[in-house]
Amino acid sequence: MTEQPTVKKKKAGKLERKRKVMSWAFVIIPTFFIVVFYFYPMIQSLWLSLHSGAGIGLEFVGIDNYKRLFNDQAFITAVKNTFIFFIFQIPIMIFLALVFSVVLNNKSLKFKGLFRTLVFLPSITSLVAYSLIFKYLFANGGIVNQVLMFLNVINDPILWLGDPFWAKVLIVIAITWRWTGYNMIFYLSALQNVDPSIYEASTIDGASVIQQFFKITIPMLRPVILFTSITSTIGTLQLFDEPMNLTSGGPGNATTTISQYIYNLSFEYTPNFGYAAAVSYSIVFFVIILTVIQFRLGREKK
Amino acid sequence: MKNKLLMKKILMYAFIIVTCAMFFFPFYFLIVSVTNASIDVTRGQLLPGKQFFENLKTVFDTTDIVNAIGNSSIVAIGQTFIAIFISSLAGYGFEVHPTKGKEIVYTLILGSMMIPFAALMVPLFRLFGVISGFAPGFGIDTLLGVMLPYFSTAFLIFFFRQNAKMFPKELLEAGRIDGLSEIGLFTRVFMPTMKTTYAAAGIVTFMNSWNNYLWPLVILQNPKNYTVPLVISALGSSYTPDYGAIMLAILITTIPTALIFFLLQKYFVAGMIGSIK
Repeated sequence: MTEQPTVKKKKAGKLERKRKVMSWAFVIIPTFFIVVFYFYPMIQSLWLSLHSGAGIGLEFVGIDNYKRLFNDQAFITAVKNTFIFFIFQIPIMIFLALVFSVVLNNKSLKFKGLFRTLVFLPSITSLVAYSLIFKYLFANGGIVNQVLMFLNVINDPILWLGDPFWAKVLIVIAITWRWTGYNMIFYLSALQNVDPSIYEASTIDGASVIQQFFKITIPMLRPVILFTSITSTIGTLQLFDEPMNLTSGGPGNATTTISQYIYNLSFEYTPNFGYAAAVSYSIVFFVIILTVIQFRLGREKK
Repeated sequence: MKNKLLMKKILMYAFIIVTCAMFFFPFYFLIVSVTNASIDVTRGQLLPGKQFFENLKTVFDTTDIVNAIGNSSIVAIGQTFIAIFISSLAGYGFEVHPTKGKEIVYTLILGSMMIPFAALMVPLFRLFGVISGFAPGFGIDTLLGVMLPYFSTAFLIFFFRQNAKMFPKELLEAGRIDGLSEIGLFTRVFMPTMKTTYAAAGIVTFMNSWNNYLWPLVILQNPKNYTVPLVISALGSSYTPDYGAIMLAILITTIPTALIFFLLQKYFVAGMIGSIK
């Protein structure tokens, strides 16, 4: 859109000014809400993180809370768990979502809509609800163990909720089930913009379907993959609902995430808002670092 | 050659059907479990039982689910309408009247999308403690308090701005000639033209609100005020859980989002992918 000619602008100078004031009026209320409920808490959090205690009895302790992070085993475990979920779950999910989107984009496929709906359906469930369903599916005598034993994959039931390793696997499986279809929708919509003649040409050149997937589809979808991996990163770093309801963070602290640790520090243990705020800044720190890294990786090979 | 193609096709369908079956299986299990007794659910009973009405009675007699559905409805519907109105004001303002100053504000707002909620939780709780002091209706343990932080979100502002890029701005000039005020232009021209965008944003907001867990968990204290996810979560972690009844409560409370999804699928998907346009 081009700006209006200056002559007209001068003529309608008064009106223009009024319009300008009005235009700020549109953004002022929403911006006020963002400032109060997002920016102010962020600054408050920083201030809190330099204090100790909760409520009225706050005491200034400088950077002690941040020093404490490095010796806090519970915090280190929570960071490790969160990163294990991050490192294994996101690549598995993105890869599966890409494969499904390519397969379900096939023009000659029948019942495409039905298949897409079935893969997407988990995305409508609440995180609390599906966590509980998975808890019962993966119970000791539950159906998953029964099927695995029936197929002779295992001899004894796996302690999905009681074993530190399998509890993590369970969380990864659950999150993958919930979010793969969600990410697939983004890829499907991006695939609509890919010119089919590229595939046709490469087929004539003798490229296999797998080669096409890695050499055409993934590079073409790079921006969307970047978008989904950043949103997934922010989501995973805040992981709370699933470990809370599926494993209660257990066994021990084997599936406790950073968010859950912040919650516990603030509302479960003797409240220490100052230290909880310092822990929460660690998430902000990780989100920024990982987003920057992903941006670099996502843009590099252009 | 023809055989090979056929084989390929069969393999592809087999792959898809197995995958879809795995994705659908938890839903099947949910639906079957609502008709089974508690013990059969953990035993992995896959056939329908005869306990449906007993489970229904248990859900209505022993849980607060009806009350929670009421609370969640108030929160989700209220939040949806207010949030799409307030956030669209900003999306419109930033896109239709861009200035350098506003671009800076907009960039800062986008930055708030990166802030994880866990980092806001404690200061927000303290803030609402203060609000409780002078406006108890908006403070801790109120449904309005659950909604308040979501009335204006970076995501919705971003979403409306992205979509407003496709709004034909000639309509505004036409409206001005017709003598509409700036507010009139927004409510009488922009809003009706962008109906689809509002529908998409509304659905996504409703879903997020209906399923929101952490913030209500922090701010709500009296079980009478609990929203659906809090009640479901409490049922799941009770000492003597009745699994059949829990599954039924889950099914009942998933129906609203399922209905919205099936009836308004087009808008729902538009709402999701509208942010990457």
